Parts: sequence; C-alpha cells; structure tokens
Amino acid sequence: MTTLPAHEAFRRKDLIGPLADSIAREAEGLGPVRIMHVCGTHERSVNRFGLRALLPPNVRIVAGPGCPVCVCPLPELLAARALALKAGTVLASFGDMLSVPMPGGSLLDARRSGAELRVVYSAADALAIARAEKKREIVFFSVGFETTTAPTAALLTALAREAAISVKSAVPNFSVLSSNRLVPEALRALLGSGMLEADGPNGPSIDGRNGPSIDGLILPGHVSAIIGSEAFRFLADDFGIPSVVAGFEPVDLLASIRELLAQKRRGIHELRNLYSRAVLPEGNLKAKALMAEVYENRDAEWRGLGILPGTGLALRSAFAAYDASAKFRKTLSESVAGQEAAIQDEAAGCLCSRVILGSAEPGDCPHFGSVCVPENPLGPCMVSEEGTCRIRLEYGEAT
Amino acid sequence: MKYVAMGHGAGGSLTDEIIGIARSAFASAYLNAGLDSAILPSEGERIAFTTDSFVVKPLFFPGGDIGKLAVCGTVNDLAVVGARPRFISCALILEEGLPFDELERILGSMGSAAAEAGVEVVTGDTKVVEKGRGDGIYINTSGIGFAPEGLDLSGADIEEGDALIVSGSLGDHAMTILGLREGLGFESALASDCAPLGGLVRALLDSGARVRFLRDLTRGGLAASLNELSELRGVSLEVDEEALPVKEQVRALSEILGIDVPSMANEGKIVAVVREGDADRALAAMHAHEYGRDAALVGRVVGCDAAPEPGHARVRIKTLSGALRILARPSGEKLPRIC
Repeated sequence: MTTLPAHEAFRRKDLIGPLADSIAREAEGLGPVRIMHVCGTHERSVNRFGLRALLPPNVRIVAGPGCPVCVCPLPELLAARALALKAGTVLASFGDMLSVPMPGGSLLDARRSGAELRVVYSAADALAIARAEKKREIVFFSVGFETTTAPTAALLTALAREAAISVKSAVPNFSVLSSNRLVPEALRALLGSGMLEADGPNGPSIDGRNGPSIDGLILPGHVSAIIGSEAFRFLADDFGIPSVVAGFEPVDLLASIRELLAQKRRGIHELRNLYSRAVLPEGNLKAKALMAEVYENRDAEWRGLGILPGTGLALRSAFAAYDASAKFRKTLSESVAGQEAAIQDEAAGCLCSRVILGSAEPGDCPHFGSVCVPENPLGPCMVSEEGTCRIRLEYGEAT
Repeated sequence: MKYVAMGHGAGGSLTDEIIGIARSAFASAYLNAGLDSAILPSEGERIAFTTDSFVVKPLFFPGGDIGKLAVCGTVNDLAVVGARPRFISCALILEEGLPFDELERILGSMGSAAAEAGVEVVTGDTKVVEKGRGDGIYINTSGIGFAPEGLDLSGADIEEGDALIVSGSLGDHAMTILGLREGLGFESALASDCAPLGGLVRALLDSGARVRFLRDLTRGGLAASLNELSELRGVSLEVDEEALPVKEQVRALSEILGIDVPSMANEGKIVAVVREGDADRALAAMHAHEYGRDAALVGRVVGCDAAPEPGHARVRIKTLSGALRILARPSGEKLPRIC
C-alpha cells in the first residue's frame, strides 16, 4: 500500500462527499449560521476548492481580519516610507507591502522619489543584505502574525548572542521596524469591544442579510502551530464561541465546519484542535520562548479598526540596537506630522475596513473589480495575496 | 571574451559580424540574398501572418532559451490557426555588453528550432541600446504561414458536448522560470515545454477528427484561453481539475507558491475543442506525437446558446473537492517577463 502525501489524504473525494452530507444534516433547521475564519490562507482554500458551493444556504463562511498586510495602519506605512526615502537607508519588506495604497503614494510609488526598497521573503534575507552592504542602513519592515514573528525573534536572539561574543560579527547597520500583530489578542479585543456583534460599532452587515455576530470560529492553523491551540481557549470559555483549529485542505475545513455546526446544534461551545498533525496544545515552546525574549506586547492600531489593546509587538529594550523605532526616532516622528487628516481618510467608498470584519462582502463595494483591481488597488484587501477582495476577484466573484 | 558594443548596431562593418553569425545560424538563401526585403514564393493559399516579442528573464533556462522561445511562440501562433508555418523574421534589440558567445548560442538555438519547425528565417534586423537600457537581448519575430481554403479553427461551429482536450502537462514553462528566479532548488527536476507545435497540429488535423477550435496555451494558461473562447463564442465550458495533466514537481511548486495550475503559462501546449464523438481519435493522434504524449480530455462544452457577453465568461471548473466554481480569467501579472 502506498502512503498518500498528507495534503492528498485531506483532499480525498470519498471523504468530501459524505462530509458535505453530514454538514447539511447538522445545519438543518438551525437558521442562519455565520462561521468566521481569520486567515487569508483559509479564504484562499475555501475559494480554490469551491467549498462555499458545498454548504447549505443557511451556512455562511465569512472572512475576518486574517491578512497582516491589510491591517497594517497608515502611520506605520508612513513610517516605513520615510525610512525608505531617508538617504543611505534601504527598506526591506515582503512584496505585498510595497503596493499598499496610502496618501501620497505606495512604497513602490516612492521609488520615483528615490526610495530604496528590496523585496525579501524573511528577516534573514534582509540581514544578508545588511551583511553584504555594510555602508547602508538596512531596515526590515516586519509585518505579519505569529508565524512570521517567530523567525524574526530567532534571528534577533542569534544576532545579539553573536554580538556579545565578538564585536566584529555584530551587524550595526541592521534593524527591524516591528509592525507584527497577535491573532488571539486581536480576537479578544474585537469580541470584548463588541465589534463583531450585530449591534456593534461596525454592524449590522451592509447587505442586511444578517449581522456580523458569529456562531463559530475557524482558527488559523499556521499561527496555532506556533502559539498552540490552548492560546485560543478563551474564545469558548470567556465568549462562548465554538472554535476549531483547522488545516487548509478541503477535508480539514469541511470537518471543522461540521464540528462547529454540531456544537451549535447541541448548544455547547468548546475549543477543538482538528489540525493535530501540525498543532500541539502548547504550540512550539522554543518559538514562544524566543518571541517572549525579544518582544513585549503593545497597544497597536489596525487599519480600519482603530487601536486594539495589547495586539502589537515592540522590541524589548535589550534589543534596542536592532529597533528601528528607537534608532530612527526623529525620522519616524516627523513621518506622520501633518498627515493626520490623510490618516483619517480611507479612499472614498472603500469598504476594506468592513470587509476585514466580515460585515461587508467584497461584492458589496462599488469599486470591487471595476476601479479597484490588483493592478490599481484602492484598499489593502485588493493588494495582498491574503486579502479577501483579491482572492475573491482571482476566483471569479466579479464575473 | 567578446561583447556587443554600440557599434554593432550602427550598420557598418561591426553590424556585419552579427549578420555573419545570423547567416550561419539560419542558413537561408532568402536571408543570404541580402536585399532590404526578402522576396518569398506564394503557395497559392490564404496567408497567415503574426508577430510576437520576447523579453523572458532569465535568457537561458532548462528546456530552452529566449531564441527557441522566439521561434516557437510565433510558429505556434501560425499552427493553431491551421497554417503551415513557412517564414519568420528575427529582429534583435541587444544591450551593450552582451557576451558574444551568448548571442551565438541564442541565434544557434533559433536556427535549430526553425529547422525543427520547418520554417526559414528570411529577414532580420539588429539594434543596440546602451548598457543598462535592456536586459541582454529582446527578440521580435514575425511569421508567415499558408492555410488551406475552408479550414476554420475559430470555434464558429462549436456544439454542446464537444470535448476539451489539452495536449500535455500544464505549467511546465511557468514553474521552470519561476523556480529559477526564486532559487527554490526544484530547478533540476523541471524543464520548459517550449516546442514548435506545427507537427502536432498537423497530426491532429490529419486524424480526421473534427477540430472546431485551437489555441496555444501561453500567458494566462488554460484559464485565459477558455475564457477568451467563452467570450468570443458565447459558449459555456466546464473543466475537471482532476483530469488536468500536471507533473508532480509542477504541482508541488504550485502548492508552495499558491499559483493555480490552470492559470500557469506554457510554451508548448495547445487546447483543442473537438467534436464529441471524435475525442478518442483526436487523443490517439496526439498521443502518437512526441509533443502530445500526455494529451488528455479535460472537459466539455456544456452550453452554446447565448450571445457573447463581454465580461461575462461562463467557464467553470470542478475542483478537487468536487465543487463547481468559476474558473476566472487570471487577473494582474503574477509572473512578469515569462516569455
């Protein structure tokens, strides 16, 4: 007997059909059910495999704030642009970040005014540039959830240890502009403030079909692999929301939806880990220790959502030598001066801030697929590979 | 080591060096005649005429190079309208500093590809731009072929039930170029499918199968071609994702990069719409040809009663999970400079 690769086993059609049938049975008579995921990769899988078409009409899957590029706020983008424009400084970041629209033009647009940019895939790529180009300051614009934070933490601790042993091996021209965000803390803040409720500040949903309150959460598999499924226990315990940690294949997602419906049917709310092939209850202890060594929580703004307490990460003072926000304090404080009005102003009519909360669908936006396309994005949800608008357009929602 | 200099584009004796390389690579009496235009014989049929430019990065890749690509791209555009490719041109825009041995390799591979495709390179031009103003070499080729009267492969007579056939594994070219650029270490296992398809098309047409429509699958892949067909003819199409031929390495890389197989570029594949009852005959003819061994029936025409509506493609794909979803025309340029 041959062994299927893991992802093939979780695409088996002989499992998918019966799962869809049992979802229909669990959903019968429940009334409208809204299930939210908070991960761009989940949205991509749902679209790629056409999973919404397998669900009964009363079950809706909505995309929550699962795209780190989409939630990066304007002040942090303006700070990054100011550093990119500063003479002798190079800004290194992920490709998606460079195209995010902002007042005065994206980072890519700033290239015409002399901004120095490099596309990298990790902090390690940025560090390699710093080692090769010692006369220039290399700033890694670090955006992402726990999955990208952990490798940056590992790199910074290794760098600090190297520098302690030998001054020669230090890389004084490398620093990190931390715009990382924490998923569980964000969910706690959003649920605590009622922003995900039907009568919350951003509800009810724009289409009036039903409000943005949620009956179940599909939790991000990759983030959970780092922080552990237990990090999400509060969702069931404190907020009474059925919650499932899920992988990214059709069987993973359908089994998670069935589990959430079964809990709803039985009137219970529990945390379940259905991605146990990758996620431990306690997570990756080494990664968590490194993150705790390097970072401390801070209050942080999310684009379109405002300040969410404790959802961002700042470098601890022991790592100040690598902290771009300390190293370039003057440039950064000037970067937002005079931009207050612009910061308040989303592109007219852009619904990104509601799409991120699941209270509007991309198709509700008048610009979606007409004016706003990946080549000319009005809002961040159309830029990123993880953005809900871009994914829906790629998979044909506009046609 | 010798390099291209600005003078090589000036029309003087330096330009003659390049003309010399081209003449030995292309071995064409029309080219050697040295006139300002090649004077070509007519073959008494309809003339097919096409042009294409090539800017691929990197210039050399497993399975080909920009020269082979420049011949195959134009030859295939002639082949899929049912024409016999006969003559092509070769216009070069060279960047100052391009090593001469690279230029010779590229022109040599154009010559080999042209010989395989049965076309002659009969005219050409060379310009040189300053260092930093190009990427080594850009190539434009135009091509002339002859198409029999009455042969119509434009899809005008498509009927419900017709079979959708692709000639082989999808995405080889896109993933080879991308694998090289990203340095993911898959390079050794992948090669571009870049190939001249005139012979394959002839084998298909000669099989007696009623072929309604042909297109070569380049940028945007199968997804783009089927959406164009759907809009052009107002037909609804359905593709079965599981039936798409894909090499294991290509599938693995596409999973890593998050690019769907149907939207990936190819340089040696066609899609054919064939009368329902002729699908087996068409497949057998393709399977017998070197460039069609992995040909597969991948879908059907499921409706053709609607007037074409721009922007309203009706192409669907049965995903691996069994659900039907829209197969959208690829948006944006995910993979720039791929051909």
